[in-house]
Amino acid sequence: MPNADDIRSGNKLAGARLIQLIEKSDPNGFKLLKELYPDSGNAFIIGITGSPGVGKSTLIDGLIEAFRKMDFKVAVICVDPTSPFSGGAILGDRIRMQRHVTDKGVFIRSMASRGHKGGLSRTTKDCSVVLDAMGYDIIIIESVGAGQAEFDIIKIAHSIGVVSIPGAGDGIQAVKAGILETANIFIVNKSDRPDADATVESLKMMLNMRFSSQTEWLPRIYKTNALDKTGITIVAKAFLSHLKFMRQNDEWTRKRNELERLYFQSLLEDLVMEKVLEFMAVSKEVEAAIKSIGSHETDPISAAEQIADKILGF
Amino acid sequence: MGVAKYIKDEKGAIKEVTYQSGITVKPAYGPEDLEQAGFEYKKDLGAPGEFPFTRSLHPESYRSRAWTTRQYTGFGTPEETNKRFKLMIANGQTGLNVAFDLPTQMGYDSDHPLAQGEVGRVGMAIDSLKDFEAAFAGIPLDRIGSGLTINAVATIMMAMYQAAAEKFGFKKEQISTTPQNDILKEMIGRGAWIFPVEHGVRLVGDSIEYAVKELPKSNPVSICGYHIRESGATPAQEIAYGFSIAKAYIDNVKDRGIDPSDFVGRFSFNFNVYGNLWEQIAKFRAARKLWAKMLKEDYGVTDKKKLWLRGLFGGGGSGLTKEQPENNIMRGAYYALGAALSGAQTTALCSFDEAYTIPTPRSALLSLRTLEMLMEEVGLRDTVDPLAGSYFIETLTLQMEEKIVEEMKEVEKWGGMVKSISNGFIQRKVSRQAYEYEKGLQSGEYRKVGVIPESERQESAKSGGTEKSDVELHEYNEEWAKHSISSLKEVRRTRNDKEVKDSLKALEKAAKGKDNIMPRLVRCCHAYATVGEMTGVFRDVFGEWTEPDFY
Amino acid sequence: MMKTTNKIRVLIAKPGLDGHDKGAKIVALALRDAGMEVIYSGLHQTLDQIIETAIQETVDVIGLSIMSGAHLPICEKLVAMMKENGLDDVRLSVGGVIPYQDIPKLEKMGVAAIFPGGSSFKEIVAGMNQLFD
Repeated sequence: MPNADDIRSGNKLAGARLIQLIEKSDPNGFKLLKELYPDSGNAFIIGITGSPGVGKSTLIDGLIEAFRKMDFKVAVICVDPTSPFSGGAILGDRIRMQRHVTDKGVFIRSMASRGHKGGLSRTTKDCSVVLDAMGYDIIIIESVGAGQAEFDIIKIAHSIGVVSIPGAGDGIQAVKAGILETANIFIVNKSDRPDADATVESLKMMLNMRFSSQTEWLPRIYKTNALDKTGITIVAKAFLSHLKFMRQNDEWTRKRNELERLYFQSLLEDLVMEKVLEFMAVSKEVEAAIKSIGSHETDPISAAEQIADKILGF
Repeated sequence: MGVAKYIKDEKGAIKEVTYQSGITVKPAYGPEDLEQAGFEYKKDLGAPGEFPFTRSLHPESYRSRAWTTRQYTGFGTPEETNKRFKLMIANGQTGLNVAFDLPTQMGYDSDHPLAQGEVGRVGMAIDSLKDFEAAFAGIPLDRIGSGLTINAVATIMMAMYQAAAEKFGFKKEQISTTPQNDILKEMIGRGAWIFPVEHGVRLVGDSIEYAVKELPKSNPVSICGYHIRESGATPAQEIAYGFSIAKAYIDNVKDRGIDPSDFVGRFSFNFNVYGNLWEQIAKFRAARKLWAKMLKEDYGVTDKKKLWLRGLFGGGGSGLTKEQPENNIMRGAYYALGAALSGAQTTALCSFDEAYTIPTPRSALLSLRTLEMLMEEVGLRDTVDPLAGSYFIETLTLQMEEKIVEEMKEVEKWGGMVKSISNGFIQRKVSRQAYEYEKGLQSGEYRKVGVIPESERQESAKSGGTEKSDVELHEYNEEWAKHSISSLKEVRRTRNDKEVKDSLKALEKAAKGKDNIMPRLVRCCHAYATVGEMTGVFRDVFGEWTEPDFY
Repeated sequence: MMKTTNKIRVLIAKPGLDGHDKGAKIVALALRDAGMEVIYSGLHQTLDQIIETAIQETVDVIGLSIMSGAHLPICEKLVAMMKENGLDDVRLSVGGVIPYQDIPKLEKMGVAAIFPGGSSFKEIVAGMNQLFD
């Protein structure tokens, strides 16, 4: 059982063990998480999203280097998709960042989505709380580039970066899917490609159509070539500018509160859902209802309403 | 890998045959197949020794000269290797083929922490010019050429070879060195890479440019389809990726203003022979033709000799099995037959026990006899390209050519070989194929004689119920490391520190800019800078490569 | 909280300078297809890097792929480092070019599962699963 003080002092084994307990849904894990929660709330959480193959991991490798040079302690959570057929996963993002593995100020954790929709794993937020409590200044979360339904990252990160590549239509697709409204920094990677500038222009046009007020952060667009590290330090500084902007405009507090509320909401949903599923698995009423539906004595809609009203007391 | 996929009916009759490269094979071929494939004698075949060389590079091929065989050597200390070299030369060998240990291949000195347990293990340990002087002492370097199996630090080894030769009184124009020097294939299938892709290619380019100007008898690059195939590529991909790699190197040097005609003639290839016999033969015939066409059409090379696909077509270890090892003797014979029917000029054959050990003298001799028998007894020298004109082989050769071109086009679509490897496309494709093929072998979808698929085995002991031989390893000799390290210390103590420092500084300057690093490396070698120091300069300037995601 | 099914987390690592990774990669894919979560470290890992990765990822198994014949000194060192770093409940397994006669030696050192070359995917998956029965 990891020790709260060890975790607070940044002990990697202890922190990793706690993350493990949480992933295994061990009640001791949540007990400890609750205890450590007050120690969190300081880290700057950056979400990096984008379709597969755009170079997110390579970009993050460069960001780690840039932030470390500025003396920040950096943690990274990489989420990869679980195979729907086997339930297993290849967690391969870390290979791109492996040169930082023995840097004392860096922590990299790989997670599988485990069927969770939305681009992250169900326990990503919990994991970020642990890393926050361990004292990491910046936590970068790399989300599965599902493209279409990428909304989890919005609930967890203070600042969102969307990575796309020139030419690939789906770079702009991801922008259409809802990230456009929320992303703060747009990164056009593999910018050595000939159509990089055209992609930047398209993005600019789309962003100009976005509503913005005086106190809102104007999204920025950057070109990078993650393979030869061009442009990454500027992106790192851009994220820090965003952080500064948020602090100056009280946006930071508002954002933190919003994220906390979303965390509470999602935990509540999970807890309730769990209870409902447990109930459904053993309830005689549910069993009877299913029989009635089968023999056409009642329809699924009425049956569901009845059970919800009666048993759950709504 | 390498075995075709056979679909049989309940009676065991073959209903479908698909080669690994993706070609389906009919039960019988006739003149209509040639017509359908668009076969034209002059365009697709030609006479032996005539463009496009499909049949053979030479008009008489084995009639004038049997194939040559190569023996790999080198382990332990340079002094021991030197003894072995002299023995082989005394036995009539006209060329040396040198192996280096892993620390040397990876640019580390023998006393580096990562070198522990590896000094002298898989080849000779080289830390500085002193070691090369010991290895090549008393060897007539003006008459004996040396193949160096070295890639990431090939430039350093080439420079050191020149420095050693100069120390012995030879001129660089007299010596012949053939470093393998194919960094792109390392990144796909052998793993001995150091620097990022573009820098690796720059170094290859520097060595080619230098060889053109200063080392007229040397062959700067040997492109290895061999390892790419061992990693999971199909035969068509082996050629396609090999040629795409060649293009990356040619383009790099061409961009420096050097005419490809000045150096492509000295490229050689290292290709794999195992698996389905006909697929291999068609592969090599198509490869000869495509290489000549590519050089002529894309690079304007006209000199006949420079259009030749020279190389070693060697029996691949992947074909052999641990199960029933004596079966590998026959496999070796069939692979050698394939190489002979393909017109290989140079060949090598894995020994039957190579799947699990370093060959014993007896098994090495069996391989040699296998190769001899084909040439001297069974009739493979009788006539050039005996299968020419076969409806099947000519159709298959054309189809193979198509497949190879298709695969090369895909690489072009991804932006060329350098981009494909940087992004991991090739690696992912090849490892997925390796996985699918291995699954197929274990499930019985592909069959190899003597190997019982998992699904048909009774649950039994570890050996799986079939005769499987155990792996035998050479004992690692701690003395090698001790010897190398003490020699290294001596070198550091006795050399001129200022000259080392200055020469390394000049190397760094060239590496940072666009100047050719080769002359600076030669100077560093003469100053007794170590392999670790010279590679260290490159590591600082170029950085180290990070592999792309493998899945 | 919502229950999740426990998955076996495996680190597939290539220690040292040897670059033959085809075996490591196909085993990683086979383990994934058997429902495990596989972290692949890449080539040229030092033992320090492997330990550090195992710590941060709380892997259940460290799976070494060694084709160079150096499995005995490497495993001996790694077992000691695992103890030093508090990784007592992590299993060590090794696959690659391993003579049968070295299997008892490795077992004695504390290696929990050994897969000599030629081990089938079925054998490897079963061997890994057995570590947690």
